[in-house]
Amino acid sequence: MSITMKSETPKVADAVAIRSWKMPILLGVLALFAVIVFVLMGPSGTATFRISQDTDAWQVPNLVVSAKGVGVAVAVVCIALAYLAWRQTRDTGKIAKWVALTFTVVFVVGLMVWIIGGTTTQNITLVGLFTGAMLITTPIVFGSLSGVLSERAGVVNIAIEGQLLAGAFTAALVSSITGSAFAGLFAAAVAGVLVSVLLALFSIKYVVNQIIVGVVLNVLVSGLTGFLFEKIMKTKVDGITIYNQPAHLPNIPIPLLSEIPIIGPTLFRQSIIGYFMLVLVVALWFGLFRTRWGLRVRAVGEHPKAADTVGINVNRTRVMNVLAGGAVAGIGGAYFTLVAVSSFSKDMTGGLGFIALAALIFGRWNPIGAALAALLFGVAGNLQSILSLAGTPIDGQFLAMLPYALTILAVSGFVGKAVAPAADGDPYIKE
Amino acid sequence: MKLELRGITKSFGSLVANDHIDLVVESGEIHSLLGENGAGKSTLMNVLYGLYEPTSGEILVDDKPVKFSGPADAMAAGIGMVHQHFMLVPVFTVAENVALGAESTSLGGVLNLAETRRKIRDISDRFGFDVDPDALVEDLPVGVQQRVEIIKALVRNSKILILDEPTAVLTPQETDELMDIMGQLRDGGTSIVFISHKLREVKAVSDTITVIRRGKVVGSAPPDTPTTELAAMMVGRAVNLTLDKADATPGEETFKVTNLTVMNDAGQRLLDDVTLSVSQGEILAVAGVQGNGQTELTEAVLGLHKHVLGSITLDGQELVGRTVRQVLDSGVGFVPEDRQDDGLVGELSIAENLVLDLYTKAPYSRAGTLNKAYIAKNAVDKVAEFDVRAQSPLDAADTLSGGNQQKVVLARELARPLKLFIASQPTRGVDVGSIEFLHKRIVAERDSGTPVVIVSTELDEVLELADRIAVLFAGKLMGIVPGKSSRELLGLMMAGLPADEAQEQLLAQGGPGTPGATSESTSEGEPS
Amino acid sequence: MSGDSTTTPGGATAPDGTGGALKEQPAKPAPKHEGEGTRVVREIMSGNAMISVLAVLVALVIGGLLIVFTDPRVLTAMGYFFNDPGATFSAMWAAVSEAYGALWRGATYDPGSRTWQGRLGIFETLTFATPLILSGLAVTLAFRVGLFNIGAKGQIILGATFAGVVGFMIQLPPGIHLIAVILAGAVGGALWGGIAGFLKAKTGAHEVIVTIMLNYIAVSLVLYLLKNQLRDPSSSNPISPRMHESAMFPLLLGPNYRVHAGLILAVLAVFVVSWLLNRSTLGFEYRAIGANPRAARTAGMNVSRGYITVMLISGALAGLAGVTQLSGTEKMLDADIAGSIGFDAITVALLGRSTPWGTFFAALLFGAFKAGGTSMAINADVSIDIVAVVQSLIVLFIAAPPLVRSMFRIKEVRREGVKA
Repeated sequence: MSITMKSETPKVADAVAIRSWKMPILLGVLALFAVIVFVLMGPSGTATFRISQDTDAWQVPNLVVSAKGVGVAVAVVCIALAYLAWRQTRDTGKIAKWVALTFTVVFVVGLMVWIIGGTTTQNITLVGLFTGAMLITTPIVFGSLSGVLSERAGVVNIAIEGQLLAGAFTAALVSSITGSAFAGLFAAAVAGVLVSVLLALFSIKYVVNQIIVGVVLNVLVSGLTGFLFEKIMKTKVDGITIYNQPAHLPNIPIPLLSEIPIIGPTLFRQSIIGYFMLVLVVALWFGLFRTRWGLRVRAVGEHPKAADTVGINVNRTRVMNVLAGGAVAGIGGAYFTLVAVSSFSKDMTGGLGFIALAALIFGRWNPIGAALAALLFGVAGNLQSILSLAGTPIDGQFLAMLPYALTILAVSGFVGKAVAPAADGDPYIKE
Repeated sequence: MKLELRGITKSFGSLVANDHIDLVVESGEIHSLLGENGAGKSTLMNVLYGLYEPTSGEILVDDKPVKFSGPADAMAAGIGMVHQHFMLVPVFTVAENVALGAESTSLGGVLNLAETRRKIRDISDRFGFDVDPDALVEDLPVGVQQRVEIIKALVRNSKILILDEPTAVLTPQETDELMDIMGQLRDGGTSIVFISHKLREVKAVSDTITVIRRGKVVGSAPPDTPTTELAAMMVGRAVNLTLDKADATPGEETFKVTNLTVMNDAGQRLLDDVTLSVSQGEILAVAGVQGNGQTELTEAVLGLHKHVLGSITLDGQELVGRTVRQVLDSGVGFVPEDRQDDGLVGELSIAENLVLDLYTKAPYSRAGTLNKAYIAKNAVDKVAEFDVRAQSPLDAADTLSGGNQQKVVLARELARPLKLFIASQPTRGVDVGSIEFLHKRIVAERDSGTPVVIVSTELDEVLELADRIAVLFAGKLMGIVPGKSSRELLGLMMAGLPADEAQEQLLAQGGPGTPGATSESTSEGEPS
Repeated sequence: MSGDSTTTPGGATAPDGTGGALKEQPAKPAPKHEGEGTRVVREIMSGNAMISVLAVLVALVIGGLLIVFTDPRVLTAMGYFFNDPGATFSAMWAAVSEAYGALWRGATYDPGSRTWQGRLGIFETLTFATPLILSGLAVTLAFRVGLFNIGAKGQIILGATFAGVVGFMIQLPPGIHLIAVILAGAVGGALWGGIAGFLKAKTGAHEVIVTIMLNYIAVSLVLYLLKNQLRDPSSSNPISPRMHESAMFPLLLGPNYRVHAGLILAVLAVFVVSWLLNRSTLGFEYRAIGANPRAARTAGMNVSRGYITVMLISGALAGLAGVTQLSGTEKMLDADIAGSIGFDAITVALLGRSTPWGTFFAALLFGAFKAGGTSMAINADVSIDIVAVVQSLIVLFIAAPPLVRSMFRIKEVRREGVKA
């Protein structure tokens, strides 16, 4: 018996680990950036963050900081953390989680103070930043949740953009015809499901490569909505484009909660779609990691054959998840035409579907992670549009690149390791 | 529970994998299904388990016909299966894997794993499994993973347990333990179907043996049937179980491995301070249970590993730090352990595969342009020389059978004058006829004066080919022993005892395995 | 990893083993570790010409249905369908024949057109096909190494940007200037493609994700440059100055037609890529890596270098497509220089079954769609978006031969001895 005990540890972990220097290098580069940009090129003025809106019940005083002072402080902390990361890597091969996390927060604060300190107005409402960000964040969250649903079950979803666009178009058309925003919302979900039907049909039934199907579906939906937009929505009756007058979903503030500084206006003065999003993020997280449904879905995405051998119908699970994802993304698409903007325009999703894909990856295929990534990308996107008006030291185009650049860093292993479900993209063929 | 298969036929296109198979497994017996690789054993069990739908025939459980449209039906009928390739989700815990598909839940489908953990502990205690329900499966050694598979079946109250080639990943001692467990289960009333191509194990554990060849049942036999008779049934002709091989005439020691350590990206030592050398005209076989560093040893020689410490020299030239191309160019012939993954490009033609590592050299190419005429002519020659059964050398390599694919790899690697020949698992999944051919070519290469390294997890193959045997365990060299060492000695070494301790232990037991002598079972031999 | 059972269907007619021995298990149809791209190439190349033709037909029929049922005349006629069913059908026929007639004439020859340009649409087809050939080759080449280059768009933009810098900021002698522009474009595209190749080779980052992200980064980057360094001072829009005349491709058929010498470059590229893939040792390496990277590595090929070099070449080809856009037709750089070419390139490569000449003919077809689509939009009031619909349907149908077969009840003909 003693012999077999030995055989159970065939691999000997070794302290002399093979080190990955990616993280210390990245942090070092960023710390250097902080020194050069925040300190040496830092603006001399102050940055004012308005926390409350005028309409708020509780007024919180503005936060005024010296841009240069914060810049120096941020640079010092960044250097210290980069050094710590280097030391930890050298000594143990591992970096404590809090180091990277703190670095990120500190760096982002420094970046925002630097940007805002440098603007001509030097006065940006923090609330405005977040509420504006929600306009971008909301569809990204829905899109990435669509991705979570299908990719956790092993179907790569590149067609998020198409699902969002189909939802936006259908919501506008149906709510224009019926005059009901809810009919539009429902129809948008159906439209998203229809895109998913094609995705499921071709990638699961006909085993076409899932990336190809996704790419092609995006082109198909773009062409189809563009064609119908020209043919139907541009038709004018009495000078009005009657098929492009969608009803509007109003914001419904939640009493008390909506009065919390920053969080209230951001999360609790939303339309019904926004509240649905909050519920969905939590529900999906709970569902995936705490329920029987989630265990089975994840098994299908990780090791479909193992799932099959315990009696789980792999392809049915996949189809159901892809369809559910379509409905979710369709509702996210409806947000464009029923909440954010009051009419449909050609290709109006403008690549947010791909940012949703980025959020999905950056959020590690986890609903909450994806939602946080979507929030980050939303803030960056909103900052970009605010700054294009305000005139800043940094061009808005660089902020526009942020989500994409971060995603590339994530998939290259510079910021942790983004590992997809093991069977993501592999068709399951049963003999 | 009694299980009966009547006239089961399963065909894939024009290939008939199972041809009117009849089989009766009585309640509480261990019934072995013996057959070569590809004889149709696993297909039959997949039919029985509801993974494949039979083309015709019926399955009866306790004399009542049943129809399985999926594994769920089979499990409901009390059939459990331990697959050859484990059906476990690596990123799940043991409890999650065991629960999967039969989860206990509280209100609203919320998982309740406490119940599953309790069941795992019960079974674990009963059979002495020592399995932690909360360990991640990917962190467990294969032996423990196999127990998790058995627990999975038992938790589902399986009355019939199918074990598909369960010993392939086990040490001889672990195999013995598994056989004990099988005995306990049988005594508890469980019927067991044991699938194997290893005669020794089948004879040791079975109550009844059914032999399958080419998808057909060729007969049944009691476990005391002589090995040679079983082998003949399995292969379909009398088999020459031993290779005619002259003794080695070792020359100069030209291949030396010194203090070789190989680490993975996480810094774990997959090969730990190994030193050995091979002489010209000698075959060194590296034995061990799969996953104990053999793969890393051969791959390190070829230059496939990043984190290598120590030295590998061939004719005095250092190989560590060289690219694969440079190593091959210095005269190393290399047969990788998995021909489909590493040895061949299935989509390319046989002709192209025959020049897969030669294409940069004249006359196969000149000035960056392939000489297609010469490549075609080369293919015709090699196909004839190595007796590759192909319709045309221009067919894709993945249209060939395993044995013929292996011949293509060998033909390519032996095409050049070699200073070292390394072959991993040279006959895995290959039919007996091809095995004989491949073994002869390997011995011929030795006799031409090349140092040869063979890595095999099949003890039979090791004993057949080796002039000396090196045993690896957990990345460490347990020692190098003569080619005619006993199975018992090798088994102890494979389980982690250094050669000298293993010999002492055998002497203390007074067992049959007098060190250095050929044991009874060896001379009997077995095809693999 | 799915499917790894002991007995696998497929390879059904594996030749018998050695005398008297067992017929052993047929080889797995797909090795476990084949890359994603491998499966793609397998899917793409295993169809046949008949399927391609039928796919185009079915896609056109569906496009026709869309045209018919959104045509106001048809909808009006349907209003009194039961009184006069003939009117509905003739309106349908009128709608679809008008649209596809305009498409056909616009792409080939229109005897009725008053202008020379309008009369010989075939030359417009060639003009549109030029960047499609080059970018399609870029996708095709990467496919064959098992890489999915979704980044043609970004590579076109970077190629055009580099070409633009040389083309409108520098003055060089005629001849040399154009060559410098072409080289700069190739370098720009290669750089952008090379990033994806490098990250794939060194960190394992999935090239699909990286190239998608690089597309968007390229758009932002060029917008930034066009607002600052590369901006035409006389314009308020983010648009560059005009290319110097010496940096332009000469027109092949005089000023009446837009078809330019970039077409010659594109055809040349087809020959080069064809030689590269089929005759060269580098191409042999690429095909081996694409089909089985592990085996390629074991055989001494440098897989990392293969990924990097192929993405450099692929990016360079896409960059050349950017050059033909800028120096051939657009003359000025703007952020939309790539248009839909980047994604069209993927559909072209798929339709062309990932072979150089297949890509060439697929590009001609899609070029014809574009040329005809413009004429259809003007003459038949059918939005050019219908072309995107038809193109994407073609690719879907081609990628799923069983679907087309079942539509036409065609029996699958299997080649003996080849994978089932």
